[in-house]
Amino acid sequence: MTGQAESAEQEWVDDHAGPVVRPYAVTGGRARPVTGTFDLISLVTATRPDVGAESGLGPEHMAIVGLCQRMQSVAEIAAHLDLPVGTVRVLLGDLVARHLVQVREPRATPAGLPDDSVFEAVINGLRAL
Amino acid sequence: MDYGRSERPAGAAPLPTAIKILIAGGFGVGKTTMVGAVSETRPLRTEEVLTETGIGIDDLSGVEGKKTTTVAMDFGRITISDDLVLYLFGTPGQDRFWFVWDELSLGALGAVVLADTRRLADCFPSIDYFEERGTPFVVAVNCFEGARKYRLDEVQTALNLDPGVPVVLCDARQRESAKEVLITLLEHAMKLREERRRTAD
Repeated sequence: MTGQAESAEQEWVDDHAGPVVRPYAVTGGRARPVTGTFDLISLVTATRPDVGAESGLGPEHMAIVGLCQRMQSVAEIAAHLDLPVGTVRVLLGDLVARHLVQVREPRATPAGLPDDSVFEAVINGLRAL
Repeated sequence: MDYGRSERPAGAAPLPTAIKILIAGGFGVGKTTMVGAVSETRPLRTEEVLTETGIGIDDLSGVEGKKTTTVAMDFGRITISDDLVLYLFGTPGQDRFWFVWDELSLGALGAVVLADTRRLADCFPSIDYFEERGTPFVVAVNCFEGARKYRLDEVQTALNLDPGVPVVLCDARQRESAKEVLITLLEHAMKLREERRRTAD
């Protein structure tokens, strides 16, 4: 039925399709990263100045490597690239698998909160602002 | 005070790591304003796109038929030192998206619940949530112009708070005021840790 196919196509080009379609297109349809879990505040640093001759990477991967020349959290990467966090996690998985970025997990883990020295450091840091 | 048990090995090179504090409360109470008041950059916005059945999809078939919801979170950053970065997250809509809250509150140092005395009930869900999870929190009454002034103990009673929970006045637009709220929260969180440790011993 051509009529049905056309209406499906119209849905895809409609503005409302954007938030769904674009992230999936960027990740090649993948919903989960190949490696890693990536907390919102995991800190990401690029290990190289650019992606170089790596194949199979898209412009968004390159943008992340560019952005992470200076350390950024996963949340910041998502905000700056205007992509949903889930999409950024998939892209980061690709970059970690190629050793193009380093990821530092947050200080607090599911196993427990950081020690008191961290609380004291934050209090002193805030007072000094 | 003797805090003991530091987990960082002596002499280790400082590796930057991140920690977070949540700013919760009802719609329009000033969460993003507070984030912006202390953040070193303007507040950023990050989004999670949720599909109702969308777990473990490996292809696009059927995506067009799924209902999706976007959950937006505003956040800011404060670089505390070379090895410590603090993120402040405004929590998304209180009545839904609890699993996003679960992710946000995991490992958070604590939470600020912003309250508006004209709509005090708006912050009940946040308070219930943090009480239930045992997340340290303070209530900061944002002093909106024209809002009838209540005494802090009246707010404490109206919210049926544990007497140990600090209630403070603030102006979420002012950096100094927002800083004070955060410091009050951290001191409260440390006190709770100390108490819990003592109970455990």
